[in-house]
Amino acid sequence: MSGTVDPVVARDDRYFWEGVAQRRLLIQRCTQCGVLRHPPAPMCGSCGSLEWDAQQASGRGRVLTWILSHHPNHPDVPARVVVLVELDEGVRLVSNLVDVPNDDPYAEYDDLGVMVDFREHDGVLLPVFAPVVAG
Amino acid sequence: MNGEVIVAGIGQTEFSKDSRRSELQLAAEATRAAIADAGLTPADIDGMVTFTIDSNDELSMMRTLGVKELRYWSRTPHGGVGACTTVQHAAIAVASGAADAVLVYRAFNERSGRRFGQPLRQVGPRTLDWYTTFGITTPAQMYSLWFRRYMDEYGATNEDFGRYTVVARRHAATNPNAWFYQRPITLADHQESRWICEPVLRLLDCCQESDGAVALVVARAERARDLPRAAVRIEAAADAHLGGGSVMYNYYHPDLAAFPEAEFLARQLWQRTGLAPDDIDVAMFYENFSPIVFYQLEAFGFCKRGEAKDFIADGNIDLDGSIPVNTNGGLLGEAYIHGLNNILEGVRQVRGTAANQVARVEHVLVAAGQSGLVLGRA
Repeated sequence: MSGTVDPVVARDDRYFWEGVAQRRLLIQRCTQCGVLRHPPAPMCGSCGSLEWDAQQASGRGRVLTWILSHHPNHPDVPARVVVLVELDEGVRLVSNLVDVPNDDPYAEYDDLGVMVDFREHDGVLLPVFAPVVAG
Repeated sequence: MNGEVIVAGIGQTEFSKDSRRSELQLAAEATRAAIADAGLTPADIDGMVTFTIDSNDELSMMRTLGVKELRYWSRTPHGGVGACTTVQHAAIAVASGAADAVLVYRAFNERSGRRFGQPLRQVGPRTLDWYTTFGITTPAQMYSLWFRRYMDEYGATNEDFGRYTVVARRHAATNPNAWFYQRPITLADHQESRWICEPVLRLLDCCQESDGAVALVVARAERARDLPRAAVRIEAAADAHLGGGSVMYNYYHPDLAAFPEAEFLARQLWQRTGLAPDDIDVAMFYENFSPIVFYQLEAFGFCKRGEAKDFIADGNIDLDGSIPVNTNGGLLGEAYIHGLNNILEGVRQVRGTAANQVARVEHVLVAAGQSGLVLGRA
């Protein structure tokens, strides 16, 4: 069975997944007051405006916290490193850390610098993050 | 609540892993027991409150119990977060005159039927798909992502969490209502249980999956005169939600090693009652997972930030400690009836009828992270 629960592409979220399809990480931005928001919302919680656009994120961020996620019922499904990332722009999103071992629950990823990438997981293209290599 | 609203009666079924009867029957048994405990009949009930996800609709409950006229009903969202919200709704209804005697209930076959600990399927927009898509499919994973920040910040370990479980199981071991009655564990037992999300949660850090039902009757204080048992006053009831929040866990607030909603809840309850942590004789904390007790001990000011592990290790939450916690064994030791069973224990502690009775109880704090009560003598 698939290890991925497909994203729900609802009206307010569609821009995000359309961006992912083009390998772009988009953040919703209020065009009236400029506040960024994620997860998406149809109205700006700061100024009340319904007007927004989606700006392309730098893709740079850092890991705030993480876990190794084993599928609870399917031990053969490879574990995923789940991270809470804070982008340089200040918004946070849950994603996966790739290009790191997925078998060490004691690795140290707090504060790790990361950069967005786009990878297929069980046929679904997802925005994920890879460690930024120094230099 | 200014003292005018009481918990007049409580009732429950046995707590099991397979009730062998319908959820409606469980609800009927527990509510009927609560009504009788209050010295009332079903005809006296004119309000009902339960969780949005409870399967027992109000009209079925009326038909099953023989309730004739219902003047008020309400449901509370987000599951266990709203465990105390149910009582708040009932108390507001009674205080406002919308109803005189409100039944609060929660009934499910959560072990033999739909199990909450299983991975989520696609659950719909606006909520969890931002997490499920990336491999956070169970509550244990959802919460561990938050708990880990606390561990890293304060050097807390899974062994520290295990010390809470040992206390909860010790309390359950002497509570005949508890599923784990007469089955205490050692820290070594905890450390030998399998990992659910290494290095955060082991099996014995997780609440039970339970079948069963519990119920309360909330009524006007004047009723207290006619009660067969001591009335328990609802001294304060509050909800506490913050913009940017999530359902009980914290991914978006600035400080991930804290539980800002519980801090907000504490501020409200202390302000409304004029009480302070030192005035509380028993604390009942909702614990889907052991670390949530640590956050709540700190949020309510029973100990300082990051010190819950030492506070627990020093025996403070034991029955003879400075603040006995989850004296029924909690949701890990007694049963997981979505947190409502912890409110019943609070009522028993004030009445003086708990299996593990604490001496001279004046005030009990019941907190489910984002909803809470202070119960006291009427």
